[in-house]
Amino acid sequence: MIINDIAGHTGEWLRGTGPMSDIVISSRIRLARNLSGYPFLTKATDAQKEELAARLRGQIDGAATGGQWTYVEMSRIDELDQLVLVERHLISRQHADPRGSRGVAIARNEAVSVMVNEEDHLRIQVLRSGLLLDEIWEEINRIDDRIEEKVDYAFHPRYGYLTACPTNVGTGIRVSVMLHLPALKLTGEIERVFRSAKDMRLAVRGLFGEGTEATGDFFQISNQVTLGRTEEEIINDFKHQVIPRIIDYEHRARKTLVQERAIALDDRVWRSYGALKFARTISSEETMLHLSHLRMGIHLGRIRQVDMKTINELFLLTQPGHLQKLHGGKLTGEQRSSARADLIRKRLEQQA
Amino acid sequence: MNLACQSCKKNPATVHLTDISPDGEKTERHLCDKCAVEEGVAAKPQVHMPVNEILSGLVIQKAAIQQLAELTCPKCKTTFVDFRNNGLLGCGCDYDAFEKALLPLIERAHEGASHHIGKVPRRLSTPRTAEADLIRLRAELGRAVTDEQYEKAARLRDQIRTLEDQ
Repeated sequence: MIINDIAGHTGEWLRGTGPMSDIVISSRIRLARNLSGYPFLTKATDAQKEELAARLRGQIDGAATGGQWTYVEMSRIDELDQLVLVERHLISRQHADPRGSRGVAIARNEAVSVMVNEEDHLRIQVLRSGLLLDEIWEEINRIDDRIEEKVDYAFHPRYGYLTACPTNVGTGIRVSVMLHLPALKLTGEIERVFRSAKDMRLAVRGLFGEGTEATGDFFQISNQVTLGRTEEEIINDFKHQVIPRIIDYEHRARKTLVQERAIALDDRVWRSYGALKFARTISSEETMLHLSHLRMGIHLGRIRQVDMKTINELFLLTQPGHLQKLHGGKLTGEQRSSARADLIRKRLEQQA
Repeated sequence: MNLACQSCKKNPATVHLTDISPDGEKTERHLCDKCAVEEGVAAKPQVHMPVNEILSGLVIQKAAIQQLAELTCPKCKTTFVDFRNNGLLGCGCDYDAFEKALLPLIERAHEGASHHIGKVPRRLSTPRTAEADLIRLRAELGRAVTDEQYEKAARLRDQIRTLEDQ
């Protein structure tokens, strides 16, 4: 099973490479599409959902991406495997449900995934490490074209691509950029970033997408307006306005920390290193906080005992689904905390 | 230099409107924020609200909602009430069946926009169709306005009107 193969390493978005990767974890674009001639999923019968899944699966296979597609049916995998896919950002939390002929097609080392029968018939996603929006748009646009060669999308002359929820109608595009902003969080300036994001009609979410709180130092910024603007305009806003501005704020905040609060900064980085290196039981939340400090410490040259690859791996492997998958079965919360601490200690020892 | 609003003659004018008629005649108007909204030349400032809040906001207009609630899609039989309850539509035809109720909602969710100006599926753009042309022209109009090329914008607007009337 593919999920056993992927659970032991990081996927595309945690490679830690790409432009601006000291601050930009990953960029993602998704397109929502529906087929004409079928009702949306709230009204589709089981038979229609099956038919849709079979048809779309065939079309996706034909949409070459320079790699092999793997199709995973949600009804064929257990809850743990579903959780692994959620943690890797290959499916949404809502999609982790065996009902409704749901599936996901994955290609190009997890950079491309297409959810079938989620809220819309198709949710196409391309995800890359670092800030690479133009490349992502080019790829997702091509995949969309290839799928459209064989199916009729539900398209309205006035409203554009029709979606089950009118908040996605028009382009059906959602551009999301995941940012690591520990210095703005430490200096308390993060609130200002949130406010200006809201003024620009952008949503700010936590690391694991919709419905998760923006806690910790990781923030996902995405557009909310999908109608009345072209895809390029929406993307260019991110590329030229939103993201460079936030990156600039974070760089300045980091510089201030180094120049004016170096001892406090080092204290935080090294305490986090100590906690991760010696803890015998640790929660997911505490792990994220310390990994975040280490990530910043490495980028600012404050610590060399651990490399970025290890940090990125730990971000994913310490999530509940991955942790249990590596262990080979379900664990209680308490057992997870202890297994997590063991895993982190082992990885950090290999580094020293 | 503070120009007074031409409508209320009290507040300072903050909205300056240059209209170019189809025969190229220019007229200028100067309004304050409030009068501009009232005369429908400016959009009401609004903060983003998720769909549920927009919907509950709509509920307040009870008399109107009574009538809208009865809207039913002839194709998938989804009612506007169903949509209000779960935030999701039943099929593509709902966009037309519920237009009266849905359009204000769409406009609020998309900063006042009510027309798609982005990508068009190839089967609509090759061979060229009026629909695809309209989408392209509206996008060009948007760019002309952003670049402050008002004469070009006026020309595009008239082209769009002609196409719409066909």
